[in-house]
Formats: sequence, structure tokens, C-alpha cells
Amino acid sequence: MPIFGKNAVMFKIFKQFGEYFFMLRKTFTRPQKMKIFFRRFFDEVEAIGLDSLAIVAILSVFMGAVILIQSAYNFSNPLIPAYAEGVATRDSMLLEFSPTIISLILVGKVGSSIASELGTMRVTEQIDALEIMGVDPMNYLVLPKIVAGVFIIPFLIVISMFLGVYGGYLASLLTGAISPGRYIYGIQYDFVPYYIFYALVKSAVFAFILTSVSSFHGYHAQGGALEVGKSSTKAVVYSTIAIIFFNLVLTKLLLN
Amino acid sequence: MIEVANISKKFGDRQVLSEVSMYLETGKVNMVIGQSGAGKSVFLKCLVGLLQTDLGEIHYDRRNFTEMNYQQKKELRQEIGMLFQGAALFDSLTVEQNVVFPLELFAKMSKSERLDRANFCLQRVNLINANNLYPDEISGGMKKRVAIARAIAMNPKYLFCDEPNSGLDPQTSIVIDNLIKEITQEFNMTTVVISHDMNSVMEISDNIFFIYSGQKWWEGNKQDLLTTDNKELCDFVYASSFMKEFKKSQNR
Repeated sequence: MPIFGKNAVMFKIFKQFGEYFFMLRKTFTRPQKMKIFFRRFFDEVEAIGLDSLAIVAILSVFMGAVILIQSAYNFSNPLIPAYAEGVATRDSMLLEFSPTIISLILVGKVGSSIASELGTMRVTEQIDALEIMGVDPMNYLVLPKIVAGVFIIPFLIVISMFLGVYGGYLASLLTGAISPGRYIYGIQYDFVPYYIFYALVKSAVFAFILTSVSSFHGYHAQGGALEVGKSSTKAVVYSTIAIIFFNLVLTKLLLN
Repeated sequence: MIEVANISKKFGDRQVLSEVSMYLETGKVNMVIGQSGAGKSVFLKCLVGLLQTDLGEIHYDRRNFTEMNYQQKKELRQEIGMLFQGAALFDSLTVEQNVVFPLELFAKMSKSERLDRANFCLQRVNLINANNLYPDEISGGMKKRVAIARAIAMNPKYLFCDEPNSGLDPQTSIVIDNLIKEITQEFNMTTVVISHDMNSVMEISDNIFFIYSGQKWWEGNKQDLLTTDNKELCDFVYASSFMKEFKKSQNR
């Protein structure tokens, strides 16, 4: 029976969720050969992690620098302690900018690349070829991407935190917004190690979302080049929405 | 041998295959012909399990493929080689790695044995000195040959070819056709070729099946094809002026 209107939209949403979880169920099975899985895992670590290092580094340094300059600009009130800019830069980077903003940047870089790669494999029948050979394509193609993403992206986030805080230091040094000594004191003041744990949990969850959602859209691409492009766009849009939603959920859960 | 019994397939309200039955012999090139959109590719995808049939059964040497579970199908597929229309080579792997790929996953061989087998298959399709090239560095004909080498690497019992000549020049088409024919006889495989290229049909087919509007309309061999008075088949076979002339010369 055909479904119309609001019901059709709901049906489509539930169908997509069903297909997504079905993909995950098929993905998380024992790989056919561990040796091949590890080879693909390290290839993905390189593609997802090492190839993103430069953009993460540049963004983090500039983000840290901008946060410091803006903090210095806004904290001109003499009642605010002198080290506040350092604290603000450190906590902003640790709590939000490194895990969330860098993950969103990675959605654009890594997510679209995963979706295009799998989409192209789908429309050029490479995924069918795998299936005909008796290979489980979801396990073979998607599992190494998800595992590599969840493994390497938290490392990128830690690097981003360091570089962001260092960016603030560079800004204090080069612009004279505050004195470097005041900044150094600020970033050490009242440090909460739990923030690192919070950021790492967030980045692992975001890594899972961005790799799995992008793989889902790429894997289910149909048609030709146009559809591959559309699947890549969908991957970026849905991953971004999911990350923003889970950012709220995790913040509420972990910081309450 | 593959027996196809009354398979049907529907997409929404559109009946694409309707009660198609065939007996595909071992050691022969079984050619499935028909117009574009007649249901040939859907038929092939149903045969290898890329699409689920709505009705009917498919038996691979008396093993009921339609009743098999996912794991059993996966095991049977290791006996299948397939040549896709666009070759479907893995872009990130070299020619040699493409051929080694199924061996690495399924064959209990040492690395040197795998390489020997891959080189044997590549030599069998007359591809030498191309081992380290990537798919985007070789021609369409070479891609098809690599795909054939990959398809026969596991020594399959069944070979499926989806329009093996599409996008190839006539000379290369003949090379690929002959290769399919030779390999079928050499390895005693059950080969199914989907095509609408009449040159191929006349060149290599042993058994011919004509699909029209999702139904098996006609079956026979090359001689039967030349003498048939089936209107739909004649319209298809003699659509080109070359084939019309050919028929005229045959009648004279």
C-alpha cells in the first residue's frame, strides 16, 4: 500500500535508521582474514589520521590564537583576574573547539572522502565484484574505516588541544594582547584533568558517527557520478547534524 | 551445469522477469541475448544472487542456490568468476594485486604460489609486463583481460560475463570473445554471457537464449538462429543492415 504525506517522511526516516543499524550489524563481524584487516586498518589510519594532520594543526593554532585575542578584548574589566584569558583559551579548546569543531572539519574532509570512495565503488560495480567473490563488502570495506577513525581521531584531537593552547601563546607573544607569562599562568590555573577524558569520549563518539554515517551514505549510493556527489553531500549533512546532537547529549551526560 | 526454474522478479509494479527457465550446460558458452531493458542483466544478477528472485529456483550442479543461507551462498560464490561490464577492477590495487586479491582471501597458498598463479592467469589472457600498472593506466581491453584473469584465478566452475564487449573496438572484442571461449573449454566451466552483440553470438555461442520483455522467448544454437522465423528474434537479430545482408546471402 503506498504511503503518502507525513507518514511517508516518517517511514523513510525509520527505513534509513533500520538500514543504518543493519549495516552496523553486518559490519561488526569477524574479518575474513585478520592480516588483511590490519593492512586495511593501517591504510585507513593513514588516510583518516595522518593525511588530516596538517589541516588539524593549522586550524588549531589559529583557533587558539583567535580565542586568546577575543578573550583579551572582552576581559578588559579590572575585576576579571589577569590569568582569565589563559583559562578561557585552554578550557574552550579542551571542552569544545578541539573535540567538536575539529570533528566537524573532519566530517568535511574525511566523511566526504569516505562517501565518495564507497559511492564510486558502488556505481562502478566494485562492491558487487567483492560480493560475487564471496567477500562480505561491509565488513571488508567499512569495518577498517570505523575502527581506524575511532582509534586515530582522538589522537588528532589531543594534538589539536596542544596546538590550540600553543596558538594562544603565540598570539600573546606576537600581538601583545596579554603578556606570555600571564598566559602561561592562566593555562595552568585550576586545571581539571577530567576535561581531557570528556574531550576524548566526545571525539571517539564523533569519530564513530562520522565514519559510519559517511560509509552508510557512500555504500548505498545508486546511479552515476551525480548520485555519488549527492551521497557525499548527504554524508556531510547527516554526520554534522548527528555530531551536533550527540555533542549536546554527551555534554549533558558528562558535565552534569 | 546450472538449472534455472521459473524465476520471476518484480521491481514495484514492473514485472522484469517472468517465469524464466533455462538449462545452462557445462563446458559450453551459454549466451543470453536480448534488447536493452529486456531483463538480461537482472537475470544475471538473480543468477549470482546480487538480486533476490521473487519466485523460482536456481540450482548450481543440483545445489539449490535460492534456498541457501548467506554463509552457504558466500561459499558457493568462491566457485564463481564474474566479468563485469566495466571490468570492476579495484582502483587502489595494481593489476597483479587485483588478480592476487581473491587468492589472498580464500586460497590456502604461500605468497610465492599466489604470485605464480596470478602470473599464470595474466599470461593466459596475454597480459605481460602490466603487473605493476594501476587500472587507470591501462586500456579498456586490458582492463577486461585483467578482469578475466581475476575471474579465473580461483579456478571457478562457473563464469559469468556481463556484456564483455561493451566499449571495445571490433578487434579487441574478438580477442575477448575468443578468450572466453578458450577458457570455457580449457577449464570446463559453465559460462553464461550476456550480450546484444551479434558478432559475439555468431563467434562463440554454443547455446543461445533470447529474452524478450522479461520472458525467455526462444532458445537454440547458431544454426537454429539463422533459420528461425520467430518474429521478435528476427527483428532483434536482423536489426542491422549488415545482418540483413548476411541473411540474404545465406538465403541465396
